[in-house]
Amino acid sequence: MKTTKLNLVHRQQGAKMVEFAGYDMPVQYPDGMLKEHEWVRSGNIGLFDVSHMGQFIIEGKNVADFLSNITPTDFNLSTNFLAKYTVLTNENGGIIDDLIITKINDEKFFIVLNAGCKEKDAKWISQNLPTHLKFQELADRSLIAIQGENSAKIINNFLANGDVESINYMNLAIFNLKNSHEIFVSRTGYTGEDGFEISISNQDVEAFWLALCNNQNVKPIGLGARDSLRLEMGYPLYGHDLNDSTSPIEASIGWVVSKTNQNFIGCNRVLAEKANGANRKRMGVKLLDRGIAREGTEIKKDGKIVGTLTSGGFSPNLKISIGQGYFNPTEIKIGDMVVAVVRDREIPAQITSFVFVEPKTKSIKKSS
Amino acid sequence: MKYTKDHEWIKIEGEVATIGITEYAAEALGELVYVELPKIGNVYKKHDAFAVVESSKSASDVYIPVAGEVVAVNDALTSAPELVNNSTYQDGWIAKVKFSNASDLDEAMDEASYKKMLQAK
Repeated sequence: MKTTKLNLVHRQQGAKMVEFAGYDMPVQYPDGMLKEHEWVRSGNIGLFDVSHMGQFIIEGKNVADFLSNITPTDFNLSTNFLAKYTVLTNENGGIIDDLIITKINDEKFFIVLNAGCKEKDAKWISQNLPTHLKFQELADRSLIAIQGENSAKIINNFLANGDVESINYMNLAIFNLKNSHEIFVSRTGYTGEDGFEISISNQDVEAFWLALCNNQNVKPIGLGARDSLRLEMGYPLYGHDLNDSTSPIEASIGWVVSKTNQNFIGCNRVLAEKANGANRKRMGVKLLDRGIAREGTEIKKDGKIVGTLTSGGFSPNLKISIGQGYFNPTEIKIGDMVVAVVRDREIPAQITSFVFVEPKTKSIKKSS
Repeated sequence: MKYTKDHEWIKIEGEVATIGITEYAAEALGELVYVELPKIGNVYKKHDAFAVVESSKSASDVYIPVAGEVVAVNDALTSAPELVNNSTYQDGWIAKVKFSNASDLDEAMDEASYKKMLQAK
């Protein structure tokens, strides 16, 4: 099994390790998933090792044109250091992966994509890559997410100079650590809390992680709580809520399709669905009684199966089970009463937005 | 107190067995968020799945270690499933079963044998 540079540190910190996307990863530390979830939600800081994710640089002349061809997003509109969430689409408009592509400058973009899709994505991008562009993995870098209010102050302690508070939501900035090594700091995350994701050299990551953990407001958080945190936000998880046959319109992330981008791989289906609607849409499901509905749970309305959960589990914030799945929008609307079938028990449930808990990311704070 | 290889504990009082899951099982599952209790009056064969314990990550069946009829269930677990983690051998009990065949208990282990089994893992 593959490991991240922090594997031994996780074990020393008492993590329970599991296999995830071919990596030996911490699913929880001694506090357990629920307490870890609550820790991140209650004004503290959670530290996540996400070094299993793929980090790549793509560069060359007119690289934005190529990125606007392999995704529905128009990267010619990107400003320097803007981090865009988007998807790689196949010829059928299905999602190969969801990823974040950040513009460094006109000829250079930084890409972060899912661990489980790394080989598949690299193969797809290389296959389509014009010969004048260079695409390479940053295998010498680890990736750490620092999530929660006041993350900025703690990160600033490690910088040679500068203030990460100056970074806007979905933007990146480059700083130097006190040893003068460069780090990429993005104001992004998968928890819905204000926070950062830091791309740091493999040789610095252990000392950085341990020093962060010395702060009493910081705790390492495992993949278990990472999943419940993202589920409350309605963020899709590739391989569960998204796959090669799901289109971005079906997934209700149609905003990744730029109005100015009419020509990208898979555009026929995606643009048709954008104009006319899709046959199924990702929606939220909230149980109204006790019981846990997980991935695969059938959802019935008036005795008829209308959909299946693609993700589901207990929401520590709402103290009830939540999930997401795909439903026919002419048949199922937000607010509809349904039942979730769990081990032959029919639990009353309701179709909802897939955003179950208000995000506290920086841009939301500003607008409110 | 007796223990099974499936990590249930059994406390015998007369012909009634109080059943829960062991600390080892509770710890392996993590903090419970839901317990599906059997219904009073249900009759089970030995090793039937008769309850479900769910943590935030997974659901596991609890197997009844003795054949018999459920005579009481721990309703407190409905609103406080974490009792299984926090008071495993007292307030975290799952159900009381009037057992039909005392010899069902023969294969249950005492504490020393159970601990030995865990160490061998």
